[in-house]
Amino acid sequence: MPAAKPRMKPATRQKPTSKPIVKQPPTVEHYYTQTHLMAVAASRVLEDNKSVFVGTGLPMIAAMFAQRTHAPNLLIIFEAGAVGPQMRMLPISVGDSRTTYKAIAASSMHDNMSFAQAGWLDYGFLGGAQIDKYGNLNTTYIGGDWNHPKVRLPGSGGANDVGSNCRSTIIIMRQDTQKFVEKVTFVTTPGYLDGPGARERAGLPAGTGPIKVISQLGVYGFDEKTKIMKLEAIHPGVTLDQIKENSGFEIIIPENVPETTPPTPQDVALLRELDPTGMAIGK
Amino acid sequence: MSKGRSAMKVLDEGEGELVGWYDPDENREWIARNKTPALVDKRMDLASAVSKFVKDGDILGMGGFGHIRVSFAGIYEMIRQKKRNITMLGKTAAHDMDVLIGGGCVSKAEVAYSFAHELRGLSACGRRAVESGTVKVVAEISNGGFQWRFLGGMMGVPFIPCRMMLGSDTFRKSSAKVVEDPFTGKPICLLPSCNPDVVFIHVPRADCFGNCQIDGILIEDFELARAARRLIITTEKIIHNEDIRKHPDLTKIPGFIVDAVVEVKYGAHPTLMPDLYYFDEEVIGTWLEMSKTEEGTLQWMDKYVYGTSNFQEYLQLVGGEEKMKYLYDVEHYEAELKAPWLDKKKK
Repeated sequence: MPAAKPRMKPATRQKPTSKPIVKQPPTVEHYYTQTHLMAVAASRVLEDNKSVFVGTGLPMIAAMFAQRTHAPNLLIIFEAGAVGPQMRMLPISVGDSRTTYKAIAASSMHDNMSFAQAGWLDYGFLGGAQIDKYGNLNTTYIGGDWNHPKVRLPGSGGANDVGSNCRSTIIIMRQDTQKFVEKVTFVTTPGYLDGPGARERAGLPAGTGPIKVISQLGVYGFDEKTKIMKLEAIHPGVTLDQIKENSGFEIIIPENVPETTPPTPQDVALLRELDPTGMAIGK
Repeated sequence: MSKGRSAMKVLDEGEGELVGWYDPDENREWIARNKTPALVDKRMDLASAVSKFVKDGDILGMGGFGHIRVSFAGIYEMIRQKKRNITMLGKTAAHDMDVLIGGGCVSKAEVAYSFAHELRGLSACGRRAVESGTVKVVAEISNGGFQWRFLGGMMGVPFIPCRMMLGSDTFRKSSAKVVEDPFTGKPICLLPSCNPDVVFIHVPRADCFGNCQIDGILIEDFELARAARRLIITTEKIIHNEDIRKHPDLTKIPGFIVDAVVEVKYGAHPTLMPDLYYFDEEVIGTWLEMSKTEEGTLQWMDKYVYGTSNFQEYLQLVGGEEKMKYLYDVEHYEAELKAPWLDKKKK
């Protein structure tokens, strides 16, 4: 770990918006990849005997991994209707039959979205294309305007529902200056909107919002007072400069940030068992 | 709005186009004029069902979930019959909407999830259409929001209150409104109800009157079926009415709301049919590859849709019973998944 320095600089640094600055990939032990580390770090946020509403891809792997390790009684819910599965293989879709493997119910979207809105879901687990300092997510379009998008993305899917109504949202996504941006093109899914109290003022359920963001460089939380993204742990081999250079906004960096515990070879073997074809975790 | 009495205060209004909303009294009248609980044998062939119940300019909802239990037999037939100017309900419309766009059927969409194929990546065809303006996105919404638009349509009420979309741009571009809830005084989002013109749902078993059993997750087909004005059922097989009546708890769609019943074995291919067949990733992968260009899309249509005169011919082209046996095995964890898009991902 580099020596801790005061990190709270005023937000004056202007980032070039054209090309992301991606420095050398952090050096990691050869037996695991950045994606393995992200999945395992994300899974650690999920506590046993809690419930989680899961989206496609890495969120699925992280939830499955948690259930197979420290959180055997993690209740997993999918928007298309699966309730409480014990999945043996990564689904391609949140409506895949694999989501109902050893499930307690094969139900409906109405049922599961109602569970979230009524307050039964502890965590919502999402990915995203763009995020800002308040954890607002964009998965709708990038560039141009809504009527004439440069790149049209899928839209909300269930993300807005999950990010609005689960008690705590966890976000897993890769980080660079085009993904971590000062202002997202479109607030598809609400984070803390424009700051403290904004969610409640908009009518969203009290006490909800994003609590963690996991990238290939670190683990972030949100400052209690300002609701601005704050570094909580830095992955092995990553420098604070890399954290800063790969964000389009000023991340709060406290003193003495701990290092993320890397996955063990057993962890990696389990990830490969859950995703044998490498759909989400890569080869 | 009310005159003189205290009205619900409208705090904010989405800018999106209001798609498929009717005054509930108007919809009641439509039902009285067009539907009957009479026991009518509703079996017909697919070409007749599509030509009778799908009109150019219709608002279309496909049951299932984009790649799950979608009536692809219905989709291919709509393309063959050159249906045009469809407004597609992107209620997680993924492979379904992509192929319909490629077939030239779609001009507008309300989008919860579209233009992508989950883990397989973004859709080249759908994106090209939106980015070039051929298909216009007229409103955004969330998956939960869409499903509750159908719930409102099914319940015969003008709107459903909900606590999503609030504060977001998804709301800004939706057709919803935010009002001050008269009970709590807090802002609440009102989703306008939706009654699609025509809906296709693929099921494992139905009788000739349209009573349907569905295995696995229901997704939002319970609500979507009941909100639909015209409802076309494609089914893996037809069963006896007595079998329906022996297990009434298994009926998920009652026949009196159904307009047509079409027996199409494997009719959801290449999407997943719970317990019967997994995604055909080779066929989906071929589409993802060929639809990267306009020419490729047309070639794909020529080969798989126009080059086959019905679903049975299409099925032979993609591998017939042997392929379906393999997909059954993948669905049951007894064969390994093959996917061109996955081979690429590994590199």
